Amino acid sequence: MFKATIKSLLSRKLRLVLSALAVVLGVMFVSGSFVLTDTLQRSFTDLFSSAFANVDVSVTPKAEKGKEPQPLTPQAIADVKAVPGVASAVGDVQGSARPIGKNGKVITTSGSPRFGFNWTGTGQEKIRDGRAPQAENEVAVGGFLATTGGFKVGDDISLLTLEPKKTFKISGIYEYAGGRDSLGGEISVAFTEPVAQQLLLGKKDVYSGITVTAAQGTSDDALRDAVAAKLGSSYDVKTGATLAKEQADQINEGLKFFNYVLLGFAGIALFVGIFIILNTFSIIVAQRTRELALLRSMGASRGQVIGSVVLEALVIGLIASIVGLGAGIGVGALLATIFSSLGGSSLQLAGIGVPMSAIISSFAVGMVVTVVAAVMPALRASRIAPVAAMREAATPDRPLTKITITGAAVAALGGTSLGFGFNQASLPLIFGGILVAFVGVALLTPILSKPMVSLIGRLLSWSMPGLLGRRNSARNPRRTAITAAALMVGISLITGVSVVLTSATKSIEKLASGQLQTDLIISGEGQMEGQPASFRRDVLTKIEQTDGVESAVGWSQDGVLQGEDQLFAIGVTDMPALATMFALKPKSGDITPLEDGQVALPEDLAAEKGWTVGSTVSLQLAKAAQPQSFTVGFIWAKSQVLQGALVLPESASKDFRSDQIAQAFVQVRPGTNVADVQKRVEPLLADNPEITVQDRSGFVKQTTAQFDTVLLMIQILLALAILIAVLGVINTLALSVIERTRELGLLRAIGMRRAQVMRMITVESVVISVFGAVLGLAVGLALGVATVQALKDQGISEIGFPWVTMVQYLVVAAVVGVVAAILPAIRAARLNVLDAIAYE
Amino acid sequence: MSASDGVAARAVDVWKSYGSGDAAVTALAGVSVDLEKSRFTAIMGPSGSGKSTLMHCLAGLDDVTSGEVWVGDTKVTGLKDRGLTELRRDKVGFIFQQFNLLPTLTAEENITLPLAIGGKKVDQAWFDVVVDTVGLRDRLTHRPTQLSGGQQQRVACARALVSRPEVVFADEPTGNLDSQSGAEVLGFLQRSAREFGQTIVMVTHDPNAASYADRVIFLKDGHIVRELLSPSADEVLDTMKHLDSPEMIESSAGGHV
Repeated sequence: MFKATIKSLLSRKLRLVLSALAVVLGVMFVSGSFVLTDTLQRSFTDLFSSAFANVDVSVTPKAEKGKEPQPLTPQAIADVKAVPGVASAVGDVQGSARPIGKNGKVITTSGSPRFGFNWTGTGQEKIRDGRAPQAENEVAVGGFLATTGGFKVGDDISLLTLEPKKTFKISGIYEYAGGRDSLGGEISVAFTEPVAQQLLLGKKDVYSGITVTAAQGTSDDALRDAVAAKLGSSYDVKTGATLAKEQADQINEGLKFFNYVLLGFAGIALFVGIFIILNTFSIIVAQRTRELALLRSMGASRGQVIGSVVLEALVIGLIASIVGLGAGIGVGALLATIFSSLGGSSLQLAGIGVPMSAIISSFAVGMVVTVVAAVMPALRASRIAPVAAMREAATPDRPLTKITITGAAVAALGGTSLGFGFNQASLPLIFGGILVAFVGVALLTPILSKPMVSLIGRLLSWSMPGLLGRRNSARNPRRTAITAAALMVGISLITGVSVVLTSATKSIEKLASGQLQTDLIISGEGQMEGQPASFRRDVLTKIEQTDGVESAVGWSQDGVLQGEDQLFAIGVTDMPALATMFALKPKSGDITPLEDGQVALPEDLAAEKGWTVGSTVSLQLAKAAQPQSFTVGFIWAKSQVLQGALVLPESASKDFRSDQIAQAFVQVRPGTNVADVQKRVEPLLADNPEITVQDRSGFVKQTTAQFDTVLLMIQILLALAILIAVLGVINTLALSVIERTRELGLLRAIGMRRAQVMRMITVESVVISVFGAVLGLAVGLALGVATVQALKDQGISEIGFPWVTMVQYLVVAAVVGVVAAILPAIRAARLNVLDAIAYE
Repeated sequence: MSASDGVAARAVDVWKSYGSGDAAVTALAGVSVDLEKSRFTAIMGPSGSGKSTLMHCLAGLDDVTSGEVWVGDTKVTGLKDRGLTELRRDKVGFIFQQFNLLPTLTAEENITLPLAIGGKKVDQAWFDVVVDTVGLRDRLTHRPTQLSGGQQQRVACARALVSRPEVVFADEPTGNLDSQSGAEVLGFLQRSAREFGQTIVMVTHDPNAASYADRVIFLKDGHIVRELLSPSADEVLDTMKHLDSPEMIESSAGGHV
């Protein structure tokens, strides 16, 4: 039996290659994800251990929740120096610093930090060119910044720090051990200590940390304990090794999430792969009916027949896993290399590694998926009666009743799970529900395929080859259905996401046109480290005085602590003006300018907190020594524009981490051209290149632009699922061509041209693909609408349908159909007429 | 040279061999034959005599090693795929032993398939004549699976005739049929030649089938060895029995019959 299995495996190479390819691609994605994240994790671990190589013990002020940590004083450094076993204790100053490039734009990184620090001469930085900064107007820049920004010693460089743009002279360029430009793609500049303190911490004579080195014979742990004992409980004292591990862990946590996302898409790809393999095995079993029946009549048991099909699946799964693992290592390595050089950052890769998890998951996934897909066909094979060997091999049309009822039940189960998932906000239930719903719909497709295929086919069957192609695609509803269902999965997911994003865009647009009564929006484009980009208050005053400006409102923002709850608060310059611009309606109390000690909040937040006008609220502001009391002045009716925020008087801003203006809104005088005012306002913000001035439509565009990026990412990731589905179409067509060899021979014998044969196959392919796309669009719309309904409370109030995108997917599906048909069609057209007629 | 003037298909010194070197097998060894218009010709011979090969070569389904083949005014030898396809579509009709119909099409669609492929209009009057002659009027909307073997073969006959080809080639058309269905099909082929003037060339190894033909050509080892005009079944059977005798082989030396 084993020998017979292997022999029959080898005799159907093409078929097996095609079905195995689906598994290979899925496994490749799985192992690639593991290899990529493992390589990156080890690289980051290396990065941080080298970043903290010079640190034996580090001291930082302990951050109390909701409060700005108190910076370290020179006294603390002196205290640490006095601890026995300390060789040196150096005060560090570090804070955000964003250089402006020669093109006037702020230089960005792909996620690596941008910071400034005080040049102490004791760090890892070694001067490569020039010298350390000595004067107030001098800085040294890292090799990486010098390369990316094209800076040389002696050049001027403008920097954004806590203060607006300031220009310095580059006195030197530094590098790290081994001549490296940066540790991990970060952009850094070094100031003299007083300048660093002023620009990065905002105060003279303060430090953000102390780097301590141990004297000979003192262990890091002992030193840490000694320093901690000396300084008391208001400081965090950690060894360099701990710090390196903490930071690496933080990044690796993020990478883990990234890995889950990739694995999710791998899962989708494999899910689609199951359809393809199931189909292939079904067809193989159907074609082997006589062979299997012969084996049965010679005394093979049902178990042996099942075993033979499952063994075949195992062999395919094993080979596909090996190939997929190999390809995954390659892809993972390639992606890691791309990642490490993204945006010019120079993460040193710690050598490509193949973690055990990649190997285990590759084999587990590849073989389990294949065997699962082969079980149904194997069971069917075992039911073949021995007499079938004597009969003309024919696949009778089995009734679709059972499969349809099962499908409806499974789809309903999936839908219910999805509904519960949305209700409970449970991701496992949602994703499980979607997958189960897919299986249900896939089971329903055979019954749908008859009317749908003939409808779609009608559009394509204006000629005899077209008619034949259409009829052929309706011939085996199960096969057509499974092939189309594989395509459905990818397309429905993309469509679902598109519906949600279109709805979100539409909601934002409606919001902007209905409730945002402001003409210009001034806000930070990029996020600087931890804090939004902001500008000085006097700039807002200048904007207010600009010709054509009716009113201008700005706010500074920060998180505040109410008990244990972190709340978002804004300090608004002119609340009534803001209420007009945002079309805020009072719910209780009147919208008045807030006086010191007053707070205002939206209706839903008030309800959640149980606060009414006159309630006293205790809030801890970041820079305030202790919590302050505020009285609720008014509550505004629920608004989509300003929600979930406490409004504090302008005076409270001084206790925010930054009291600069983070967002501002301008209303122009009636009859004034908005664009003209925009042109007059923009120069006022010339020193803040991170701040943009936009009109309403520009603002909406910028806000919704991120959706396009999300959609593109998902499209790229789901392209794999669609590629596998295309393999399925090719597979189905190739098998059909083999099955119908004699038919093709007959058609050619009675005068069908090669081009007509190809057209016939192409129509069949396009009908299947378009059928899959239509299913996908329908299921995707349903998924999208369900999601939008569930997100109604999150601000997606409108439902939008991405018609253009949907038509595009349909066109893509048709193109996919044409492409998938190429090889099978050529094969069909090349058949030798005589051989084909005589084909058994 | 032309094959017209009463000749529907012509083979001139046709050689056909398969394989090469020691393994070469000669299927046709210099066959020359004229197949007259409006005649029902049967090609007979034992297995391996080359009778099917001769038909395939005449019909443009297979190419010849040397020699020339003509169908009507068309020189088949040397045609490329496109030309051969058009020849098969416009000038030749086929009836095979089995698997003659497309399962996805109705009987009517199967009959008009060659016209549909060629983008030609159906001559309704002729279609009616053909359909009535084969007696399929009430079966036109049926699928092949709903028809008996004999009915299916009659559909195939109608399909071969409906485009009024120069020649209809039938390859063992009764091989899969019971004797009564076979007789119906043969009777129909005979009538097509006599009443409609349709040229028919049939390959068979069944003496009874051959007895329906106006002319029977006997092939052996790639040579034409004998021919009979309007023979009875017994005469054909008798001739078949004596194909092995020496004088028969002698008489084939000239080749052209």
